[in-house]
Parts: sequence; C-alpha cells; structure tokens
Amino acid sequence: MANQSLPRRSLLAGLTLAPLLGACSSSDPFASNPAATGSGTSGAGGPVTVGSANFPESEIIGELYAQALEAKGRTVQRRMQIGAREVYLSALAEGSIDLIAEYTGNLLGYYDKSATPTGADEVAEALAAALPAEFALLDIAQAEDKDSYNVTAEFSTKHGITSLADLAGYPGTLRIGGNPELAQRDYGPGLVGLTRVYGVPAERMAFTPISDGGGPLTIRALAKGDVDLANIFSTTPAIKEQGFVTLEDPKHLITPQNVVPLVAKAKLDDDLASAINAVQRVLTTDDLLAMNGRNAGDEKAQPRQIAADWLKSKGLV
Amino acid sequence: MIAALAQWFGDASRWAGADGIPQRLVEHLAYSALALAIAALIAVPLGLWIGHTGKGERIVVLLSSGLRSLPTLGLLTFLVIVLDVSLGQVLIPVTVVLTILAVPPLLAGCYSGLQAVPREVVQAAVAGGHSTTQVVTAVELPNALPMMIAGLRSAALQVLATTSVAAYVGLGGLGRYLFDALGVQDYTKMLAGALLICALALLTDGLLALLQRLLTPAGVRLERARNH
Repeated sequence: MANQSLPRRSLLAGLTLAPLLGACSSSDPFASNPAATGSGTSGAGGPVTVGSANFPESEIIGELYAQALEAKGRTVQRRMQIGAREVYLSALAEGSIDLIAEYTGNLLGYYDKSATPTGADEVAEALAAALPAEFALLDIAQAEDKDSYNVTAEFSTKHGITSLADLAGYPGTLRIGGNPELAQRDYGPGLVGLTRVYGVPAERMAFTPISDGGGPLTIRALAKGDVDLANIFSTTPAIKEQGFVTLEDPKHLITPQNVVPLVAKAKLDDDLASAINAVQRVLTTDDLLAMNGRNAGDEKAQPRQIAADWLKSKGLV
Repeated sequence: MIAALAQWFGDASRWAGADGIPQRLVEHLAYSALALAIAALIAVPLGLWIGHTGKGERIVVLLSSGLRSLPTLGLLTFLVIVLDVSLGQVLIPVTVVLTILAVPPLLAGCYSGLQAVPREVVQAAVAGGHSTTQVVTAVELPNALPMMIAGLRSAALQVLATTSVAAYVGLGGLGRYLFDALGVQDYTKMLAGALLICALALLTDGLLALLQRLLTPAGVRLERARNH
C-alpha cells in the first residue's frame, strides 16, 4: 500500500497548484472571504475590496488602484481575475468587491445594447445616464484599450494609408484578418461599418476569420503579409514590437474604450476618489502597452510588481 | 429554441454558397479524411509490425497515450507559430494535430487485433507451411480486421468531432458555425453547428460499424454465435 501514497500525494499537489497556475494571479483567490468583506455595511472610509476581470490588463489596473489606495493608508483586499463582465458586475452589486477597472464603450454597451454614441465624450455622457443608481464612475482616463485596425509600416508607406479614411482609395482587394464577429455584426468596427462609415466597397474586402482575439495568429498573419489589415486590441505590445501602423479613425467607427473606475456608491468617499483619480489623470494608452508588454513578454512580470513600478515612476506612491 | 433551430435549418440560404451547409460539410469531411488517411499510413504498418512481432508494444502504448493527452487547440496554436506557416498553409498544422489524434486508436486497433488472434491458429498456419507473409495476410489480418475497424471507428469519431478547430485558424468546415456564432453569441447557429457535427460523426460511425460487421470473417462470426 505504501506505493499508493505517492501518486495520491502528487495528485493532491496538482490539485492545489492548479487554481494558482490557472489564475496567474498574484493574490490568493481564496484569501478573502466574500461574507467577511461586507462592504455594503461597513460604508465609506473602511477597507476597500478591489476586483479585476479575468485578463492581465484588468488585474494590472486593479493593482494600480489597490496600491494607490494602500499608499493613502487604506486597507485593501484583492479579488483579482474574477471572470467576465456579467460575473464581476454582480459581484460589485452584491458587495463582494467595491471597485473595478472598466472600459467606457463596453460598459455602456452592457447597460444599453442599443447605444450608438461615437465620440469619447458622448460615450461618457451616455454611460453616466445608463449606469445603475448604486454604482458611480470616477474620472475617465486618457488610456484606452479598444479594437484597432493595423497595417504593416511597409504597406502604410507604399500605399499612403494612415487612416481608415484612406482605405476606400486602395485600388485592390483588402485582405482583412480578425475575430469572426467582424464579418457578422452589422454594428461596431466590422466590415459593414467600414463600408458604411468609410465607404470601402464590400466586394473589395476579403475577410479571414481568426479566432484568437487579435492574438499571435492574427499578428503573425499581418506580419507575414497574409492579410493587409488586421484588427488587434490597441494595447497589444506586438503592435509596437512589429512596427505596425494603427490606422486613424477620424469618423469614430470604433467605440471609445477609455479606462474608468467603477465603484459601489456605498463605498465612495473623497479620499478614495482622489487616490484613484490621481492614477486616472496620468494613465495613458502607452502606459498600458508598456505594462502589458512587461506581463506578456519575456519578463513575465507580475501585475503587482508592474503596478508598483509604474506608481513609483509617476510619483504616486 | 427548437423553433429557432428549425427556422435556421429551414432557411434556403443555409443550403448553398461558400458558408452553406453542403460546402462546410465537404470541407469538414475533407480535412478529416486527409488526417485519417495519413494516420492510417503511419499506424497500420506500425501496428501490424508490433502485433506480429510483439516488439515495442510498451513504448507504443506509452507514446500513444501521451499523444492523446495533448490539448489539440493549444498544440495547433503552438504549431502555427513554430512551423512559421502563413495563412494559406494552416492546413498543414491542422492536419498534424488531427493526425496525432487519430494515430493512437488506429495503432491500438491494429496491434491488439493481431495479438487477439489465438496463438494456436497462427502456429497451425505455420505448421501447415505458410510463409510469414502468408501468415500475416491470410491468417492474422482477416482475423484482426474487425478490431482494426473498431480502431478506425474510434479515430474517425474523434477526428470528426475535433476538425472544428480548423475554423479557429481561419479554415472552413462545420467548426466555422461554432466559432462564428461564438463571437456574436448566436446560440442557435452554434447549436445547429454542434448538431451537424454530431450527426456526421454518428452517421460515419454507423457506416463503419456496418463495415466492421461485413468484414468479420465467417469463422469468427460463427464462433461468436456459438459462444453466445
């Protein structure tokens, strides 16, 4: 029977390690007890629970908020990598978390499916109107992470294309790569939008669906010249690394997605707002690019470390 | 849901064109058949050799169960990057991952089929003056055929179900419906795609089961009937 203990032990080790590896989170997801946070009752001025969605950038921004608050002497609990929007918004509503980084356009789309505002200010206005009463927004950052159309530097100089408005003048068939929904939706930054807003004829676009969300396969397809135009999220480090040219969007085809802190109103106080808004004031898209690059690149730096370094460099801690 | 599904299948435009069901079905079958054919070229000779000689069985069992545990989608992304293929060449890594999936069951069917042939039968054939080639082709192979087809059934089922990943890297096939629908949360289309893949897999399995029955040698069938 002695020989049975070994596989069992390694199995147990695997089970204990699995959630840690899977979550890639610097905080222990089981550390804070949802019942104990009780944020709804403790009110303003007390400990704050910062949450994040299940992707690295959200956790990095969450760490920025958490450490900015800690620098002001607040007690902060972390519940990072919670899940998709549906999940963390209900966590915010029930008081399991008090604060989370959001994106203006997507959050608006969640609350108002039929929303059609285009400019950043319009989105901010519409979002403020659509938001449930128990939530509040803090200052909107300049930083944003949204869909972006990219071409290679070579393609850009050869055809003089630096803006989506230049695409209609491209003589050949545009080969486009990106998530399959770009060809499916008749709203948003898809092919229909390129035709409607920028007048690119539908018959001169050839679309290849690549399902990795602007990930390595999409980047590779653009870099190798398999497609002329690729839809990649604007804070993907590869855009800089590969020297891609992100096309301007003068007619606001792509909904603005600025970073905005979403707070439970019951927890909001002036100290909290000023600490978070100090971060919001200086956070830029380039900062997000650089921080994502440290996380996704060879360095594989942890969100907590990345956030600490950034706050220090901006003199916020 | 069922009404929406019926409407989806009822729409005439689903049955024609580049994104129509017939076209996607043909693509799906083509990718799957290509991978199965290559897998058979690798697995059948190797399986026959192992089954006949009894050599290397441990290594093969270890290797094939190891290969089975590789996550197909992860391996596909990895191969696309490592092999440095362009979009026009993604069929290569897709075929590789599907072949890796198909080899283990085919291999297992072959060598276990050969090993299941009673030793007395083989020895009787040798005693009766059969050469090695004759033993393999006239005695071992016919007796092993039902199990080999069983391996093929298992491989075909897995490959047909997994060929959906081709759509992940921009190819066609029935997986197109799954990935396209996922992006826009069109669950009717997704369910339709899943049902089509299920139907195709079950139909193929049924046909192969029939083949398996037809290829079972009369003697083996008689013996089985007697035992029952």
